[in-house]
Amino acid sequence: MAMQDFDHTAPEVILSFYRHLYPFKSVFKWLNHEHTPSRLFTHREIAFSLRGDIYIRYNSFLNADEFKNQTLKYNPERFEIGPVYSARPRDKKTVRPAMFTPQLRELVFDIDMTDYDSIRTCCSGASVCKRCWAFISAAVRVLDAALRDQFGYRHLLWVYSGRRGIHCWVSDDEAMELTDEQRRAVAQYLTVVQGGKEMHKKVNVRPPGRQSGRPWPLPPAVRDALDILTEVFVDLILHDQNLFERDEQWEELLKLIPDPDIAGSLRRAWNMDENLPSEEKWSQIKGKTKDLEKGSPERDTMMAALEDIVLQYTYPRIDAEVSKHRNHLLKAPFCVHPKTGRVCVPVDPTHIDDFDPENVPTVSQLMQELEAGKLQESGEEQGDWERTSLKPYIDMFEAHIINIMNEVRIAKRATDTSW
Amino acid sequence: MFQLRTQAPEYKPDPYGKVEVAGPSDYPYRLNFYDDPPTHMVTLEEFESCAIDRLRVLGEIEACFARNRPPDERKAIVRAQCRKYLPLDPNDSLSRAQFEQRKKDHVGHFVLRLAFCRSEELRRRFIKAELELFRVRYEEELDSELESFLKTRSFGLELVDDAEKMKYAELLKDANPKNYVSFSKKVPPKDLAKERFYKVRWTRVPDLVEHRKVLVKGGWAYVPASEQSSIVFNELEAHLKTSLEATAKALPRLDEDTRIVPLLDHLSKGFLAGVPAEWDAEHSGEDIRADMIDDIARKHYPACARNLHENLRRDRHLKHFGRLQYGLFLKGLGLSIEEALLFWRRSFSKFTDDQFNKSYKYNIRHSYGLEGGRRNYPPKSCQQILTQDQPGAGDNHGCPFRHFSTDNLESALLAWYSPHGLTQDDLDEVTKIVKAGHYHVACTRVFELTHAAQGVKKGEGVSGDSVSHPNQYAAKSRELEKTHTESVKMDVDGSGVTMAL
Ligand SMILES: [Zn+2]
Repeated sequence: MAMQDFDHTAPEVILSFYRHLYPFKSVFKWLNHEHTPSRLFTHREIAFSLRGDIYIRYNSFLNADEFKNQTLKYNPERFEIGPVYSARPRDKKTVRPAMFTPQLRELVFDIDMTDYDSIRTCCSGASVCKRCWAFISAAVRVLDAALRDQFGYRHLLWVYSGRRGIHCWVSDDEAMELTDEQRRAVAQYLTVVQGGKEMHKKVNVRPPGRQSGRPWPLPPAVRDALDILTEVFVDLILHDQNLFERDEQWEELLKLIPDPDIAGSLRRAWNMDENLPSEEKWSQIKGKTKDLEKGSPERDTMMAALEDIVLQYTYPRIDAEVSKHRNHLLKAPFCVHPKTGRVCVPVDPTHIDDFDPENVPTVSQLMQELEAGKLQESGEEQGDWERTSLKPYIDMFEAHIINIMNEVRIAKRATDTSW
Repeated sequence: MFQLRTQAPEYKPDPYGKVEVAGPSDYPYRLNFYDDPPTHMVTLEEFESCAIDRLRVLGEIEACFARNRPPDERKAIVRAQCRKYLPLDPNDSLSRAQFEQRKKDHVGHFVLRLAFCRSEELRRRFIKAELELFRVRYEEELDSELESFLKTRSFGLELVDDAEKMKYAELLKDANPKNYVSFSKKVPPKDLAKERFYKVRWTRVPDLVEHRKVLVKGGWAYVPASEQSSIVFNELEAHLKTSLEATAKALPRLDEDTRIVPLLDHLSKGFLAGVPAEWDAEHSGEDIRADMIDDIARKHYPACARNLHENLRRDRHLKHFGRLQYGLFLKGLGLSIEEALLFWRRSFSKFTDDQFNKSYKYNIRHSYGLEGGRRNYPPKSCQQILTQDQPGAGDNHGCPFRHFSTDNLESALLAWYSPHGLTQDDLDEVTKIVKAGHYHVACTRVFELTHAAQGVKKGEGVSGDSVSHPNQYAAKSRELEKTHTESVKMDVDGSGVTMAL
């Protein structure tokens, strides 16, 4: 029997996905932090994107059922999640503007492959493969560690954006309450690669000036990341992408070498040998550095430059604007990406290296699985993700939600007995 | 009653024109966290004069920010204004005016809270100015008085114990390496073992975190005693924010007092009108059409706008912040919305009409205040371009003097400005200024060099000022061209007359 083909752009396919598979209950609990609807959900903005670039903002719902019913009614291409306001977003028109301000919101991050276009060789533009996904994996490992170890956050949800990027949602109470100013501070703290297209050296995080001819050390926050990234630099930039094989790329690299003699002699050598692999080029740079007198300012300057180079090619490139404002809207988990048809599934940061965007279920695949399951069970319609490859992702999401809800329960018990 | 923090204020002006207020009445310190509203009898005249004098100081502070004055200059101006309008003598002063001075400071602050609590915008500006005032006074305060003033308030500071300090010794040093090195024989390096560190949630010192000036571990920031002021300022800021919001919510009940409301309106309008912070497109005179832009760009653009223009011509596209910066600049130049739409439509030639209308038209109309919140956005000043929305790896916006590598800056400047007299030899001077971090001075120097033929001399800048706004640069350049061609014309006419004689 031939399987029916499902077109992921067809409205009826998306509608069926919402009706049978989209985990409205789970998303409700994740936003609400407990079972009974609270302001965290009822005052939360949900924005629908309909086909034809129609945007319906300031929707809000009383509970998970209404959330599902309204979504089915509008059948949006996708929808986005905004902040918790001081009043219900759907009442926006009737409250004074001063009474309608964003108050709480997950701390969010957005990493997109386009910011890596200048340093990947395998793909360009909208496409992404397992190889260049390694840039995203490295970013996830660094950011995940920084948010947990440095900021002390525990409830991080990483979500594949459906095409070429990843989002992170932090649901800890303190993160929810951050002001825009505080959000800007985290975003800047985690922004290390800066400067426009025309700036060669994009990592400038050491204190300005020098100490007896030597650069100052890296700030502790950045040094932590360097341990992870040195390995990534070798595996990804030197081996896999072999980035410095091409002229324009190794020219960029030499511009980051502060010692003009070293840069000059390497340029001459590399011009002679067209096919010198990146790894060999890098070890020549390191060799020249080791030739300098131990403990000399020249050598320390080169050492610092090598660290900065590793950071420039591998440190996470976050879209800081997304993180800075409470009222920024971000696509909800489990939506379908309109171009690829892939579902925006949660990603386990501890196994991020095994994640392959091409293995993420598409809506057409899921609908087929659902259909097949239905036939086996003698046509009984039971709209159930349990029988599809969405299951492991929803299980992961549920485990994350249980952690958040447990914490809320413990905190509530503490206040209940405190008097 | 004058209880602003939790309840609606209730004014009961008595028949003799006095406003009755109640509460504690002494001021042991010059500095004030403004926790409690004033509790003295205040006449309506006093009520007004305290507010107006404070407003003069705050207005001057705003003007300093708007004109982008360097911190030292700003401090000197604020100090002078304070001496004139809001003097505060120290405790050991013989003047005996302390009580009256401190009362005036206290009352003035609370009156202005009423005037400025009524919109988000006003609150933001008021708090920014008040914080600067507090900061200048804080830095001027005598150590002994400062210490006991700080003791009046528990900041919930937890001292980092020695064991923990030693555990993180290397990291604490790396967070502020300059503290632990001696730069001159007179200033010995700090001894980590002796230095006090406070442990606070990082959210209390976002500015220190943003600039990575503190060690952050598990959500705690380890703040060295030398950075304690940051905790104090952030605390005051947060306190003012909540208090003003509470006042705003309570305010509608004030409407009943017909004498106070017009006064408050008057005060807030005075503050808003005081500062010409933004470039006003109305003044640019003649109409500019889309097809004139290429010519104007070649002749009159500062580097930031020129860079965006060249990139737009080359790529037939600009990224979001580039469009925003350039679009607002064009508005400041005097391009009408119709001409702007035409300009952008032609520039984005690789897009279809449909794509353009869908993706870009809204934003262009929005920046002219015709969509969305209908806010008329002003063109970005140098200060904003230098500090906001830093360009990412593939962006073109920003300030070339700051955001280009030296070699790229030099070749760009030569390409753009050598037709106007900039030479290879001038570049050394310009890059030297850039390396010292004075980007607007470098831009000003380029202006002088490229307008030398029109009589602009070194140090003269843009009518005596340094460049602080790209539209100011372009407007002056266009004005110079106009007067120069007119005077050349007059010369020709004049000589014609002479010859005829
Ligand atoms: Zn790839």
